[in-house]
Amino acid sequence: MANESMIHAEGLSKRYGKTVALDGISFDVPAGSILGMLGPNGAGKTTAVRILTTLALPTAGRARVAGFDVVSDAAQVRRNIGVTAQDATVDELLTGRQNLVMIGRLSGLSRANAKRRANELLDDFELDDAGGRVLKSYSGGMRRRLDLAAGLVTRPPVLFLDEPTTGLDPTSRSRMWDVIRKLVADGVTLLLTTQYLDEADELADRIVVVDHGLIIANGTSAELKAKVGGARLELTLNGPNADAAAVIRPLCDGDVHTSHDGRQLRAPVRSGTGLATTIVRTLDRAGITVDDVQVHQPSLDDVFFALTGHATEADDDNEIDPEKVAV
Amino acid sequence: MTTLTLPHVTETLTPRPPGVVRRINDVFSLTVRNLVHIAREPAQLSDVTIQPILFTALFVYVFGAGVTIAHGGTYASYAIAGMLALNLTTSAMGTAVGLSNDLNGGIIDRFRTLPMWRPAVLVGRSLTDLLTSVICTAFVVATGLLVGWRPERSLLYTLGGFAIFWLFSYALSWGCACLGIVSKGPESAQGVGLVILFPLAIVSNALVPTAHMPTALRAVANWNPVSAVTAAARELFGNPNPSALVHAWPMQHPIDASLLWSFALLALFAPLATVLYRRRTTD
Repeated sequence: MANESMIHAEGLSKRYGKTVALDGISFDVPAGSILGMLGPNGAGKTTAVRILTTLALPTAGRARVAGFDVVSDAAQVRRNIGVTAQDATVDELLTGRQNLVMIGRLSGLSRANAKRRANELLDDFELDDAGGRVLKSYSGGMRRRLDLAAGLVTRPPVLFLDEPTTGLDPTSRSRMWDVIRKLVADGVTLLLTTQYLDEADELADRIVVVDHGLIIANGTSAELKAKVGGARLELTLNGPNADAAAVIRPLCDGDVHTSHDGRQLRAPVRSGTGLATTIVRTLDRAGITVDDVQVHQPSLDDVFFALTGHATEADDDNEIDPEKVAV
Repeated sequence: MTTLTLPHVTETLTPRPPGVVRRINDVFSLTVRNLVHIAREPAQLSDVTIQPILFTALFVYVFGAGVTIAHGGTYASYAIAGMLALNLTTSAMGTAVGLSNDLNGGIIDRFRTLPMWRPAVLVGRSLTDLLTSVICTAFVVATGLLVGWRPERSLLYTLGGFAIFWLFSYALSWGCACLGIVSKGPESAQGVGLVILFPLAIVSNALVPTAHMPTALRAVANWNPVSAVTAAARELFGNPNPSALVHAWPMQHPIDASLLWSFALLALFAPLATVLYRRRTTD
């Protein structure tokens, strides 16, 4: 039972008139794992989530969530899922607590249980002070946390989070990540959509990359990165130094490229905690002064270049310029 | 699926199985939610609080000066049933606007992913409307009593008159639910609603006796459900009811006609609203 597929999609397609939102995607999410669905805006991520959460009907294909068919057994699916959509799906005119109690009641909890659960969740999500306030006064981060809490009222075994951190500031974002990690530690099965490679990398066990309604890559974060290439180090020295490249070479993942003025160094690296510090310290010990150091993580754009040869912008689709790709 | 249950999930969080009790709970939760909305933005209520006071005072003092009621009686004693008809008819729009707001916001997607009884969204809305109808009635009656209106029969008959209005208003709110579902947004729902409901309320015996209306208009007014409801209430309040002299079946049997109209509207619009709602929320 441990490897049972909690989310199973098979050739899911969705057409809106002539627009193809999903063009036949298949994947499985084993119980207790996180699938990261990575893709740009308009790739079909939200459509996939809407079908799996019974909000939309597939044009073709089938899907099962928690063992139930999303079309013929939608009511059973709803009893087993929690959803946090991209747009806030909470009531602006209710307080945080009233929202959670209402959702608990509508999920079939008794009044006492709904209230107890609401207080628990407000506590868990550090919203206990804000619980009595109307949502209009909430910040974006608070609203997202409440929206996530709303998906957890009945402790559903399967969770869908559609771009849970899009538009959040870095602090709220890392807070959201902590919450999500905690959930998974509790054994929830999760499908997470995101536009950020680092988010999928940070949270997901497996990643599917979606573009134009199709899955264009499927694997672990490490497998995906192997295709894309790792992070890139960029250093600016205080002055030209011929030894610098040799000094940092052991810390890098490939050859170090020195600019013609001898001040700028570039090299592929395997990012890890404290890499920048180690590099600066090593150079310092060698008597080399560093003005600027940056470790660039590969972005969604890098992934798309590597996988498809085109950028994420939908406008660029028709004109794949081979020279541009080579640069 | 038991192996997937989270370690701290307790028996107490198991949702109740679906059934009549669950349905009533769902409707109740959503009605409470709608009432909280009203409490937060009381301006929403102006059409069942300030408007009735204003209309009643204006009509009684402005129209009352020019309208004479056959066989005696003051305009005030004639007008209050009409004021109830006018205000309760137009206030049914609350359902159209509220439902349209819900359908155009994100909250409807939340409801749709919950294991709840789906029509509860509609039933909760219509019950909210019924409660605002009661509030509206209180404001009209209070203003009426101030301007000299009195029910002349027993309390039971008076309550019967109110009940006829509430039933009719409730049936209309299901019609307005259809409007709210098919409209593009709350503003257009309100606009279209007014265009339908205002003439419905005006071309009737609610504000002036129908006897001097042009023939075609008089025929419409005599068969207008608003006229039947208003005439029935006048009978039950013991107020002047010139329509009793009109030789049209609904005016001769206003109570029967009111009940028939209300149940017919309900039988038409409640299933229609459910179908339209399902269609609107199917993607």
